[in-house]
Order: sequence, then C-alpha cells, then structure tokens
Amino acid sequence: MGDTLLRVKDLRVHFPATRSWQEALHGERPVIRSVDGINLEIKRGEIFCLVGESGCGKSTTGKAILRLVTPTTGEIYYQGQSLYQLTRSAFRPYRRRLQMIFQDPFSSLDPAQTIQEIVAEGLAVHGLYPGRRERRDRVLQALDEAGLRPAKTFLHRYPHELSGGQRQRVVIAGALILEPEFIVADEPVSALDLSVRAEIIQLLLQLREKRGLTFLFITHDLALAKLIGDRLAVMYLGKIMETGTAASIIDQPLNPYTKALVSVIPSLHPVSPEQRLLLQGEIPNPRHIPAGCRFHPRCPVAQQEKCEVLEPPLELKQDDRYVACHLVPRPEGYVTPGIWEKRSRGTS
Amino acid sequence: MTAPLLEVRDLKVYFESERGRAQIVDGVSFSVEQGQALGLAGESGCGKTTTALAVMRLLGQGGQIAGGQILFNGEDVVQFDAERLRRFRWREVAIVFQGALNALNPVQRISNQIMEPMMWHEGLSAREAGLRAQELFELVGIERKRLTQYPHEFSGGMRQRAMIAMALACRPKLLIGDEPTTALDVMVQAQILDKLNQLRRELNLAMILITHDLALLRETCDRVAIMYAGKIAEYGRSDAVFANPQHPYTVKLLGASPDIHGDPEEARRVLTSTIPGHPPDLLDPPPGCRFHPRCELAFAPCHVTEPALITRGPDHVASCHLLENDTHG
Repeated sequence: MGDTLLRVKDLRVHFPATRSWQEALHGERPVIRSVDGINLEIKRGEIFCLVGESGCGKSTTGKAILRLVTPTTGEIYYQGQSLYQLTRSAFRPYRRRLQMIFQDPFSSLDPAQTIQEIVAEGLAVHGLYPGRRERRDRVLQALDEAGLRPAKTFLHRYPHELSGGQRQRVVIAGALILEPEFIVADEPVSALDLSVRAEIIQLLLQLREKRGLTFLFITHDLALAKLIGDRLAVMYLGKIMETGTAASIIDQPLNPYTKALVSVIPSLHPVSPEQRLLLQGEIPNPRHIPAGCRFHPRCPVAQQEKCEVLEPPLELKQDDRYVACHLVPRPEGYVTPGIWEKRSRGTS
Repeated sequence: MTAPLLEVRDLKVYFESERGRAQIVDGVSFSVEQGQALGLAGESGCGKTTTALAVMRLLGQGGQIAGGQILFNGEDVVQFDAERLRRFRWREVAIVFQGALNALNPVQRISNQIMEPMMWHEGLSAREAGLRAQELFELVGIERKRLTQYPHEFSGGMRQRAMIAMALACRPKLLIGDEPTTALDVMVQAQILDKLNQLRRELNLAMILITHDLALLRETCDRVAIMYAGKIAEYGRSDAVFANPQHPYTVKLLGASPDIHGDPEEARRVLTSTIPGHPPDLLDPPPGCRFHPRCELAFAPCHVTEPALITRGPDHVASCHLLENDTHG
C-alpha cells in the first residue's frame, strides 16, 4: 500500500431542509447536515470502506468526492491537487480518472440502449478513441475485463436481457473503459444474490490486483467491509465515529456505537445474548443533530457532564485507530493533537 | 412429541405460462411446531416465497397447487373453500411482507388499517378494535399516540413494526415473515427480530422466516430448510445444518456469506470458489439433481436420477447422491 492518493479535509455537505411555517416566520433557514465535517485519507491501491446505517452521510461523502454534489465547506485533494479549486473544464480529466459505480444495476442502465452503446458512452463524453473500430475494440476489452465473456455476444443485447449480476458487470465495464485510477463503489453488491455477490466482489478484488485500482467502498454491510476492506471508517449522523484497519475495528471496536453495531450483526458464529448491545430508538433526524456527542442520546455509557456538552474530536487512541469518544482512554502520556496536526508532524 | 402446527407434505406448485409449465415448488415437505421458528433460505427464484404464499393460498394468477398437502392443525388447507379460507387467513396464519411501504395504504391512518382486519374477521366494534390496536402498538414498541398518523410519517423500521402489529391483530398461531427486515438497517433489524422472538415466547407463536441471510437464520430459527430450484436441498435443526452442512449447495452458500466474526483470510479463499453459473430455468429444469450443472462434485448418477432426501443425523436430511454410499460406508 502506497502513498496517499486522496485526502478529504473537513468536508461538510449541508442541504437546505423544507421549512415549516414557523421557521419561515422567523426567517430561519434550516439545513440537513448530511456530512458534517469529516477527514479521510485514502492510500493508493487500498480498498477503503465507508460504513454506516442509512442516512449517515456515506453516499453523500462519495458523491462529494466526485463533485456530484456541492460541498458546503472542505477540500478534496487528489494526488495533492485540490479538486474543488478546479474550474469545470480543468476538472474534466478527473471526471475520467475518478469513477463511480452505483448500487442498483436495474435502474442505472438505459433500457433503450444496447450494451455497446452504454459501455462506449464514457468514451464519447470524453472524446476518446473516436474511430468506430477502435471504440468497439475498447468496449470488447472492457466487457471482457468485467467478466462478460465472450464479450462479442453482449454487444448488441439490451439490459433487460441480462441478469442482475451481468448488469452490474456492464456498469463496471462502463467505468473501466475510461481507465480510472479511483472508483467510488456505492453499495455495488447490495441488490444481488449471494452467489452473484461473491462473483462481483471477486471481480473487484481482481481489478485492484491487476490494475492497481483504489476503491472507496460504501456499504452498510460490516461483514463485507471486514472481508474486502483494508481500512474502514464508521459514520453516524454525518461524522466519523471510528476509523482504522478494517479487521481490527470489527474484531475490537472501541467506539460505543461501533461496538453496538458489530454486536447485533447476525453471524454464523453467534455471540452470547449478553454480549449483544441492542440500542433503543432510531437514528435522530439529521435536522436536529443532538448537541455534544451526536450519539449520546442512544449511547449506553454516555456521561452527562461530558458527552451531552462537548463534541468529541476524532483522535488517535490506539495504533492506527482514531476514535471520536470522550470515554475511550487515550494512550498513556500521549498529548493528543488533531488528526491533521499529527499527520503533518509525522510526514514533514 | 405433539403434532406439528403446520405440516407441508410433498407440496407442488406449478405456474402456467405461454412458454409452458414452470415447476416453481416441486415436492417440498417440512413442518413447524407451536412456538418454533422455521427458516426458508435460498437464492432468488428458489421457490421460498411461493412456498409461503401457497401455505396461505395466496398464489397469484397462473399459479396452482398441483399436489401435496398443507396440514394446519390436521386440516388440509388445500381443500379449504372460500369461506374457510377467509377464517383461516389472518386469524390462523398471517404474513408480513418485505416492502412495508407498498403494503400500507398511504391515504389511510395506520389505526384504521390495523382495526380493519379485527372488525372484519372477528366482528369487533370500532371501540374494541381501537383498544386492541393500542395494545398491539405497545407490543411491537411504538407509542400509542402515533396510531392516528399516516404511513409517510413513519420511518421504515416503524412501518415494518406496524405491519407486524397488523399481522398479529387477529392473534394468529403462525406468522410468516417474507424478508421482513431485509430493507432495514442492522440495528432496526435486530430490534425487530428481538421483538419477534419475544412475541414467539409470550404468545407461543410459530414462525416461518424467509430470508437469504443465513446468519440471520442461524440466530433466529430452530430449523432451516435450504431450497434450490424448487426443491429442498437440506433440512434440519439449524445448529446441525450450520455446524455440519451436508449438501454441496449449502456448503457453497455458507462460503459465499461474509461473516462478521469469520476469519477474513479464510473467507477470501472460500470466495474464490464461488458457485459458478446460474440457477436453472424452471420451465426446463435439468434432469437428475437440479444442482448438478453447478456442482463441482457431480458424478454419473447426478445427471440421471433425482436424489432422495437422506438422513444425516437426528432431524437432519439432505438430498445428494454423494451421501448415499456415505451412509453405508
């Protein structure tokens, strides 16, 4: 695993919320703080998993990285280049190098286009390989690489003729044809059956090996994240609660939220019922994010004086493990700088 | 041992289409006792939902029960007339579907929707039904005051809870859940399954849980049936089936399920030997064992004769030719 490929700095994405008449009367402009100040570093060649429950802001983060939604504040550095500072035209090459794969292969393909047209679309958009024959060869190659073999037989078919797994491969081929370096994969296997899922995951792992691709893998499935992820970050209500090596977080979660989440995931090696930490209630409305630690109203160990008042920073608590929680002890004698200070001190 | 609450014997469900007859469920047998939970698992199209719908006699157009018996408390559901069916559904067996948003009427208050079956099926007055609706909401863990709200005011988890409350409205003896928590977040799923398990104990409710999530079955169900292409591949006590899977399909399916407490190295290794190919077209199923075209261990008999269910232990059967010699040897 190499150097830092992509860095997310203090990213915030706030959406305007619909106003109630009372709010309108007081001239308030309520916002939904979908992503509320996150920092990430993704290394070249790794699979970085972003996990969390619905509405935690993981998909929005993925889209913001690719400039598919407008951030409120923050910066994305790709190989040191700030993506948000680029003009539209200067950003175009990055559109090609950074690709996205969506969840639902049933709605993300145009039903009226043939597979060849769908896969070649990116080439047309970027004006690559203008020759007809050349373009067809590229499509064949991408289909083959995505595991649709023999590729020729797929060229003139339509999405409805394909199974769910095959459609997801078409989506992947459409991304691959642009020879990307970095792929945001948003729940790419959630809609698929077990055996098909396994095939697609295998394909993604192979692509990383062969092409040295880097992935931001967004999923709600922690078991899957442990299986394929090098590192992961757990999000809750727009913030990162814990981040570090994937397997170590899941085997030994430190943040109370991560602990609870891991404990209730069904397993073939079930934990004893006493070890299950069932949280009460549901995730609060992101319009009204609780003060202090945003997890405190549901946290089994929250302390009034600290957790309800002060937002815990994401700080280093163990080897390579950053946790946002007042109650997780810091290393002995360790003066905690913020994540960025620590990093810059280490590298400079 | 008491007689099972539900006993399905050699159930066959065929669908007629323009291209011919599809044997969606082909000779499925299982039983569920009071207070017990049975899990039906398998990939899309394996017939697990159709089996459940057949138990409730809710097969849509073109579908018909072509053979077998569905004994509920000793009575054959297949023979029920319309009037008996009306009493059977909801009062004896109820079902919770996956998409609660689609199953609830958006322009009616939740309270009306919960009260309706009670008034229809049990002839309760609106007042009585209203009181029971309040009890039911408490039972599934939603505040009473939210009864008068509309479905869009509920979160996904609450809608699913409301669906469960509705299914329990007429105090059924058997509850069928068709992927009842699949669309929900893990914490909400855990909350709902806890609630279902609690109800099972308190009301001695029997349950059939349909899901593709094997780990979920492992944790909730006493018994499991693994289905493949309309047939039961393996059936038995869940601890036995998961500790010691016998059918090659079960083994592969378990290998393809990432496990939170599993060893990732091991899991990645297993993942590279996934199940090749696709489930067969049920309009034209392969001869012999329906799994043989995808089975690495298939040998001569698998291409020709259909394997029978072979006993592999107390309360544990699997249908595979490989196990035949094994029993004697």
